Amino acid sequence: MKNLRSLSLVALTAAVLTMSACGSGADTSSSPAAAGEQTSASEPAETGDTVKVGILHSQSGTMAMAEKPMIEAVQMAIDEINASGGVLGKQISYVSEDGASDAAIFAEKATKLLTKDNVATIFGCWTSASRKAVLPVVEGNNGLLWYPVQYEGLESSHNIMYTAPCPNQQAIPALDYIMENIKPKSGGTVKIFLFGSDYVYPRTTNTIIKAMQPDYGFEIVGEEYIPLGYTDCSTVITKIQQSGADIIVNTINGDSNVSFFKQYRDAGLKPEDIQVMSFSAYEEDIRGMGPEYSDGTLFAWNYFQSIDTPESKEFTDKFQTLYGSDKVTGDPVVNAYEGVYLWKKAVEAANSFDVEEVIKVCESGSVEAETPEGVVSIASGDTHHCLQKVFIGVADKDGQIQSVWETQDRVEPDPWLKSYTWAESAGLGS
Amino acid sequence: MQIKDIQKEKRLSGKMKLALLIFIFLATAPLYMSSFRVTMLGKYMCFALIALGIDMIWGYTGILSLGHGVYFGLGAYCMAMHLKLEASDGALPDFMAWSAVEKLPAFWAPFQSSAFTLFSIVLIPVIFAAVIGSLTFLNRIKGVFFCILSQALAFALATFMIGRQEYFGGSNGLTNFTTLFGHAVNDPVTKTVLFYLTLISLIAAFALCMKIVNSRAGRVLVATRDAENRLRFTGYSPAVYKVFVYCLSAALAGIAGALYVPQVGIISPTDINIAPSTEMVIWVAVGGKSTLVGAILGALVVNFAKSLVSEQFPAVWQFFIGALFIAVILFFPAGLISIKDLPAKIRSFIKKRADTGEAEDKKQAGTNAKAKSDNGLFSNKKPVTVTSVKVSKGDGQ
Amino acid sequence: MDLILMQLFNGLSVSSILLLAALGLAITFGLMGIINMAHGEFIMIGAYTAYVVQNVWKSVFPESSSDIYFLLEMIAAFFVTAIVGLILERLIIRHLYGRALDSLLVTWGISLVLQQAVRSIFGPANVSVSAPAFLDKNIQVTGMFAMSGKRLFILALAVVCCTLIALMMYKTKQGRNIRAAMQNRDMAASLGVNTAKCDMITFAVGSGFAGIAGCAITFLGPIGPTIGQSYIVDAFMTVVVGGVGKIIGCITGATIIGVGGPTFEFFTSASLGKVMIFIVVIIILQFKPKGIFSMHSRALDD
Repeated sequence: MKNLRSLSLVALTAAVLTMSACGSGADTSSSPAAAGEQTSASEPAETGDTVKVGILHSQSGTMAMAEKPMIEAVQMAIDEINASGGVLGKQISYVSEDGASDAAIFAEKATKLLTKDNVATIFGCWTSASRKAVLPVVEGNNGLLWYPVQYEGLESSHNIMYTAPCPNQQAIPALDYIMENIKPKSGGTVKIFLFGSDYVYPRTTNTIIKAMQPDYGFEIVGEEYIPLGYTDCSTVITKIQQSGADIIVNTINGDSNVSFFKQYRDAGLKPEDIQVMSFSAYEEDIRGMGPEYSDGTLFAWNYFQSIDTPESKEFTDKFQTLYGSDKVTGDPVVNAYEGVYLWKKAVEAANSFDVEEVIKVCESGSVEAETPEGVVSIASGDTHHCLQKVFIGVADKDGQIQSVWETQDRVEPDPWLKSYTWAESAGLGS
Repeated sequence: MQIKDIQKEKRLSGKMKLALLIFIFLATAPLYMSSFRVTMLGKYMCFALIALGIDMIWGYTGILSLGHGVYFGLGAYCMAMHLKLEASDGALPDFMAWSAVEKLPAFWAPFQSSAFTLFSIVLIPVIFAAVIGSLTFLNRIKGVFFCILSQALAFALATFMIGRQEYFGGSNGLTNFTTLFGHAVNDPVTKTVLFYLTLISLIAAFALCMKIVNSRAGRVLVATRDAENRLRFTGYSPAVYKVFVYCLSAALAGIAGALYVPQVGIISPTDINIAPSTEMVIWVAVGGKSTLVGAILGALVVNFAKSLVSEQFPAVWQFFIGALFIAVILFFPAGLISIKDLPAKIRSFIKKRADTGEAEDKKQAGTNAKAKSDNGLFSNKKPVTVTSVKVSKGDGQ
Repeated sequence: MDLILMQLFNGLSVSSILLLAALGLAITFGLMGIINMAHGEFIMIGAYTAYVVQNVWKSVFPESSSDIYFLLEMIAAFFVTAIVGLILERLIIRHLYGRALDSLLVTWGISLVLQQAVRSIFGPANVSVSAPAFLDKNIQVTGMFAMSGKRLFILALAVVCCTLIALMMYKTKQGRNIRAAMQNRDMAASLGVNTAKCDMITFAVGSGFAGIAGCAITFLGPIGPTIGQSYIVDAFMTVVVGGVGKIIGCITGATIIGVGGPTFEFFTSASLGKVMIFIVVIIILQFKPKGIFSMHSRALDD
């Protein structure tokens, strides 16, 4: 009996060892320098005729519903590029990892992609929390991240490319629209109610809007936040009704949008009484709640599925053929898609997969790609953002957003709000 | 009684052997594992440290806390605040600037001192645990009520942290650290030192817990678990012991948090919320509770499995992990550590199969009797072993 | 005045949702001592059942404008979740009686598996269910205060469900057996009550009510694989504050948390409101360690 016991102890330990050896065994096969030293992603990520990239989005947890279409868009872009000959003659292969809606897991998986898989670049992240967690990892391991979601700005990492708008390419033009087009019910100035999820994007965006207030002259009649995933908005809606607001600036992210729109209607509110301007909800969110709830409200983005260009139509058709006819696209999906193409163009211009070379080319301002939203180019300089045209649209009965207003030209990115005097006097930016 | 003690002595040595093997495996890991895996192991050792504390309160004292993320988080945030100040180098931490905070809040100031930080990672969780513990245990809030309360505590703290972005970084948490007491956190040497520091803390904590468990106080703890009222009638105050062991586990979790932050590079409210807090208990259950070494084993195995499985099957890994939890708890109620009993178990299973025919009609009564033997919801008796099932079946007849 | 009425109505509405979510939990918990961490996922299954029923209805009767499908949704949600509950009880939970804490951990594993199953079947995205048209009407009471049809309906639904459970527990033979097993399992067993059957029925019925709750929340909230998690903590708190195993306790708990939460939220913010309601719960438990309506027992060790 005693022998048996020690035998099984040994067996158990052996099992643990084997399991860890599996992990480390895979290491040594992919990187020769795995024995303790930091490996650098600047070493060739390409082997033979393939080049490896990473996709890092949540596939489980609360953010999975938002990030699934992003993965699909990136995969679609990769397949298209492979079908048309690849990048620098190499086929792209990808490693997909699950960030599990948890910032610490995002950091772990990003480290894995960079040090173990040696990927040439990563496409991924949705929440600011996940991006902030991955930022030190890509900076420390000399990686490159293509970030596809509109965010709060006040950031420009050397190792991140932002294909989505920063506040001066979404929130600020949207406020211009509000000032031009929203008629105050009770005379005087426009009354704005700020309502968002409780995290950094809404809070920072609202801080920026508050800083604009002296210049623009609107009135802010309330500011409320609910935790992500919160399902009861009735109290805030009561506050909104009480405040006499003309428009709600909605920066809610994810699931809570459904609760908000359903309960907004349920309280008997209509866009004619209190309009809603959403920054974080797009076609996919509308599909997930049913178009009857968002009908008539406003959305600010750089792309709508309904935009009537051949490129846009072709993209939507392809996406729907691949993933189902009930799927919708929208700004974040397109941003994820165009990230892959911008990376391809940059690699081709640099004639190298080396991260530093690619970044250098991107910063030159010469990288541009044909995308569903038209020609997109990365701005020159070290902001690492793209030039974006801004659209304001109204949701219709079919869940599509129809553009009603657009900026004349593409707006230059200004993540640090350097060109706005009100930002400086409010102490925002650097 | 004497025979029992001798048997216990033997079991102990088996456990010690396993512990020794695990520690040797951990200590030599950097020799044959990539730095990425070693960093992950460092993280898992922090988790093992928490698991030790949870085994103390749950396995030995019978208090199930579903909110230990709170103490882990408090330790981690204390450390992270210090690191953030180091990284900001005298300036205001970046997230405060976004939130339009103009000067450093007063409660941040002491964290500029490394000495204060080192004290606080133990003291703050302990003080918090002492307050919560006294409010609950002295009022005889126990069992399920404590369980749910602790879960709500984790939820409340995480929500609070998220809501106070200007002070705690909101849902982003605290991240982007550069140095730890002047040494670059990304430096391989710092990483190795941290790894071994964690290992030493783990061994020390294991030794300490062993010592407590085998002391007189340890017996009082077990008595609290098995027959709290009888203990009270004998003149002991179970609540005091409960508060003590709760604080001990909070201290371990706090230290784990502080070691976690520089190795992982981020702490956010997600990591202290309900899901991770519940998982902490699951590590102990999977490894085998009331054994200490089982807690360490469980934390390592579950997390390793989680990382490897999610790398292999990013889309559906939750299936496997969920199934693992169910299978282990269902088939190995005493945890992975009881795998050594597997041959005996199979033998008795075969025997039971043979008996099934005649036992079928008595099964009903058997189930009732089985339920009876553990009617006290949180009595937390030793898991029903095969032999005791037989005995209770006998009762049923 | 409007404001107070509006807040009170909001609070009652939140309470009724909580009550629906917690009812099933309270009875399984009271009878079997099982902390069912997968209860939130039963709510989710109910919501998805409503989604499936609605889509099937729309594809079978595309022209129909009748709202009758909506009753079907409720009934289907009840039975589907009850059957899922029954299967789980027979397969897994049955083996865990007497190991209450283990059951908690196993049901946590079950909740992971159920979430992933729904994600694999329906995709991770939210799905939409439309509410019947007759619930879209609001009753205008005063200038600003309108009672929403949906919220009133959920309120009524909660009342009906409570009544049904009360009838089952106090007016049927099975209910008598269940109560007997709740109070003293051994004694009940000795007197010939089939406690295993009681457990099975209770678990199935408890799960079924979670399904109805899931159906109700489709009116006001999102439907996705992780929604169960949004309700589970508050549901547990409701059970704990009210006291285990009594319907009246459940109602009281739901009212305290449901009305208290929005009230605190109104004066502070959503996240602070959550923290404050937690503090209130701790204070209540200081005086009533076993909840407001605890079951009286002479036993020392339970």
